[in-house]
Amino acid sequence: MGRTWDFLTATRGATRLHWTDWASYTYLFFGVFLMFFPVVWLVLSSFKTEADLQRYPPTFLPYQQQTVTVEGYDEPLPLFEITAGEYEGMILAQLRRVGLQAQMVDPAAPEERLRVAISDYEPVEQFSLATENYSDLFGRFSFLLYFWNSTFITVMATLIMLLTNSMAAFALSKYQFRGRTAVLLLVIGTLMIPQTVVLVPLFLIVSEMGMFNSLWGVIIPGAATPTGVFLLRQYMLTIPDEILDAARMDKASEWKIYWRIILPLSAPAIAVLAILAIMWRWNDFLWPLIVLTRSENFTLQLALNSFQGELQTQWSSLLAMTVLTLLPIAMVFMFLQQYIATGIASTGGK
Amino acid sequence: MASIELRGVRKSFGTVEVIKGIDLSIAHGEFCVFVGPSGCGKSTLLRMISGLEDISGGEIAIGGDVVNRIPAADRGLAMVFQSYALYPHMTVRQNLSFGLENINTPKAEIASKVDQVAKMLQIDPLLDRRPKDLSGGQRQRVAIGRAVVREPRVFLFDEPLSNLDAELRVDMRGEIASLHRRLENTMIYVTHDQVEAMTMADKIAVLRLGELEQFGRPLDLYNNPRNLFVAGFIGSPKMNFITGTVDGADRTRMHLDGGEVLHLPATGFRQVAGEKVTLGVRPNHLKASEDGAMTVKVRSVEQLGGESYVYGHTASGAPITVHSPGQTRISLGDTIRVGAPEGEIHLFDSDTGLTLRES
Amino acid sequence: MAGTRGQGADAPAPSPTRDTAPGTAIAETAGATDPRALRGAGDGIALRVIAPVMRIIEIPMLGLQRVLGINRLAWVFLLPNLLLFGLFAFLPVILNVVYATTGGDNVMLADRPGIGAGNFTRLLDCANHLDPNTCREDKFWRAVWNTVWFVTLQVGVMVGFSLLTAIVLNGKIRARGFFRSVFFFPVLLSPVVVALIWKWMLQRNGVLNAFLDWAGIGGYNWLVDAQWAFAWSVFLSVWAHMGFYTLILLAGLQAIPRDVYEAATMDRASPWRVFRRITLPLLAPTMLVVLVLALIKGVQTFDEVYAFTGGGPGTATTFIIQYIYEEGFAGSPRLFGLAAAASLLVAAVLVVLTLVQLWVNRKSVDG
Repeated sequence: MGRTWDFLTATRGATRLHWTDWASYTYLFFGVFLMFFPVVWLVLSSFKTEADLQRYPPTFLPYQQQTVTVEGYDEPLPLFEITAGEYEGMILAQLRRVGLQAQMVDPAAPEERLRVAISDYEPVEQFSLATENYSDLFGRFSFLLYFWNSTFITVMATLIMLLTNSMAAFALSKYQFRGRTAVLLLVIGTLMIPQTVVLVPLFLIVSEMGMFNSLWGVIIPGAATPTGVFLLRQYMLTIPDEILDAARMDKASEWKIYWRIILPLSAPAIAVLAILAIMWRWNDFLWPLIVLTRSENFTLQLALNSFQGELQTQWSSLLAMTVLTLLPIAMVFMFLQQYIATGIASTGGK
Repeated sequence: MASIELRGVRKSFGTVEVIKGIDLSIAHGEFCVFVGPSGCGKSTLLRMISGLEDISGGEIAIGGDVVNRIPAADRGLAMVFQSYALYPHMTVRQNLSFGLENINTPKAEIASKVDQVAKMLQIDPLLDRRPKDLSGGQRQRVAIGRAVVREPRVFLFDEPLSNLDAELRVDMRGEIASLHRRLENTMIYVTHDQVEAMTMADKIAVLRLGELEQFGRPLDLYNNPRNLFVAGFIGSPKMNFITGTVDGADRTRMHLDGGEVLHLPATGFRQVAGEKVTLGVRPNHLKASEDGAMTVKVRSVEQLGGESYVYGHTASGAPITVHSPGQTRISLGDTIRVGAPEGEIHLFDSDTGLTLRES
Repeated sequence: MAGTRGQGADAPAPSPTRDTAPGTAIAETAGATDPRALRGAGDGIALRVIAPVMRIIEIPMLGLQRVLGINRLAWVFLLPNLLLFGLFAFLPVILNVVYATTGGDNVMLADRPGIGAGNFTRLLDCANHLDPNTCREDKFWRAVWNTVWFVTLQVGVMVGFSLLTAIVLNGKIRARGFFRSVFFFPVLLSPVVVALIWKWMLQRNGVLNAFLDWAGIGGYNWLVDAQWAFAWSVFLSVWAHMGFYTLILLAGLQAIPRDVYEAATMDRASPWRVFRRITLPLLAPTMLVVLVLALIKGVQTFDEVYAFTGGGPGTATTFIIQYIYEEGFAGSPRLFGLAAAASLLVAAVLVVLTLVQLWVNRKSVDG
């Protein structure tokens, strides 16, 4: 134990911890708690039954009352521990409750019925995951539909964006043509127009094109993002022109140069952009909220928002759905954390 | 037949003219080297021939057909680039096949051609590697292989050896030369290194500031440079230049700026009395001897064992290099007299820079 | 959604493209470092999937290349993107002005009567601009003042904590990468998920109240109290976004050369003086960028707070974007003109902020 502690408290170079180091680590661990605990709490809660969720104060881990199948009874019976009275210390199964009395039976001797005051017993509980919260999503709620909508929007918007942005970036980085500066300025101009300030006319354009209440109404405007043009152009500028010349001497057409040479060589930048685009589209909220008004078109984000607004919020399903919505991003985060960090830092956008 | 003809070829970037009207004709099967200092336009000229750069004026003909408006891909040329420009994401095999795939060559034929070229260039064990796993020399071979495999009419080389170390450069020089002998194709080779030009070329084109200074066989350029620039550029170490004035009365006497008087041959040069001239002598033609015509103050001496170099300057301050075989007893601080046989001197008009040799 | 256009494309942060020497270096190493794994696996499969599609596109493209020549072909490559930008970025800006100067609840422009600056006068008509109750569009002014307060608090608290975190992380810390990603994690969560997580934490029978009860302080129904709901909205927004700014500030800190600090140590400067006289001045350009970026994003806050409180209780957490959304899309009648006019006012603020950002960027590049 002592050695572990030494190891944990050692810093590079210095042998003893200064008070500022203590303060730093305290701050950081508090940060870890603050950032992670809500998410951990969410995940744990999502495995609790509706009854367990109502319990106050809540327990940390999900619990369920233990049940036992007793001979002569079809349903499994809930188990209680008797804390006082005649049968103190015994564990009995409850048949039914009548007022303040309960009819109970000893699972070992099921013939005899016992009467116990309900103030004299406590339920026997055990750690158990309410996985039905999740399986219910697939049956009772149209989770798969929302999941499909979200996935479709994310994948299509990302693909369209990658294709158009990389084509534009190729033209802007590898060709000398009149009007190139003008186009670059135009693209910078689009940076100054966030979607939030053109909602009304965008809505008109989208509905005029017949894309209101259609997934394409979210996909196509979402693909018109200039960030990728900059990111990719910056990268493509570092690809030597001689490689393009070599390909031209090799009788490759310009289109072939684009997809056989430029695209593969820009793969690192494209990967970063793809991850960003997936995140943006998956997490999108305001624009889908405006375009998609019918619940069969909802994305996961919209579905989550509309469920929590309903009068009888069914937290058990809602929490499970939240976890499933969060899951893809959490996975991406775990595996590609480094790329996301550099990507976001370099584009400055979320 | 893949002869190449350049007629009044010009190139300008905006208002800057970088190629100022070049006429040149390269016969089929010739190995032609474009040489010149950096910024002379030699690479631009090569890229214009390749079709990668537009032609602003004049015309270029390959095999008799004017190709000004034909895109690079359709000119039937292959090019080896200075940076090799291998496709970094493809294996060596894919690099070699890419061009053949683009002209829809059948798969089996591609495979056999690639294997054959790989064997010829001894890169067959490397076929499944990527460029980054290769050494500089290996990359160079792959780049050449990529050009060879397409069986072009003309090969273009853009300073292909400048990224290699000295030893490898000598090896590759020999290999390219032997490649030329074997394929008997027309080749154009761009370099800033006159040694490469001298050792490899059938014909050398010396370029400076977008103009063709001289075009001819290597030894012609060496023995008979048309002007001061070519004289100074071709040959290593550089030719010595001494300026002076032809005597007003006797055109076989030359007054050096330092006050000494040299004797000029009466025939072979058309110098005029009273004219300002520059005399050129290659370091290996200068001999230190008691009856030499010029005094040289020795600044430094390099003894290489088998040969030696003496550096000094004349009375007027012009730098002089004397190269002699074997070892020398001259040492730092000596004042020596040097002279050269009449047949080994060059004479140029100081104002125009042109040779005064009678042709 | 607000920030997807990434106003900060030129934020002074490390390039994702690695340090690449010009010329040959990249050609030979391009495949070497970065997502080699991603590529190695993806290359073959991706190529097989997209190759047939690309070959089909190649046929018309080759024809166009013949007709247009190589350099004019660039326009063909630009076309799809310019079309998208034109339709969904530039055209809307023009139409926005048309909407803002017309009235009625028709979405079709032809059916909308022109009312000049009517929408603007309606929005700006106030006896006292500081008191929303005296305004004709009191909800608009409530939203404006809510947004002003929110942005001030959120940006102040967030940048403060981001700076603190970045400085702590820049120290001699074990597992810096781990801690950095911990703070960064919430940035990736969707606004709705963030809202739900905290709603679940803060509900009457939630874990926070349980803790407070246990500690003897006593729980509270946070989200029905206007001020607490506002405070928690600020907290939630800081929680969700501070990781991003921490990342940028940390990059800024790490760009300060180590020898400057070593020189200061040799000069026997106290840590506090080092911070005041070296760290802060050298970090100033990055700080400015972070501040402006945070302001731009802050003004556009909508998603997470809307999902968190729905703008309530009352209008306590209704911000300007929510006002636009509700006037234009959620309410009845749908007052597109009013929404467009309001969004033009927001756009004016954003354009000013963006210009400041570009100016700051240029200054920090030049300096």
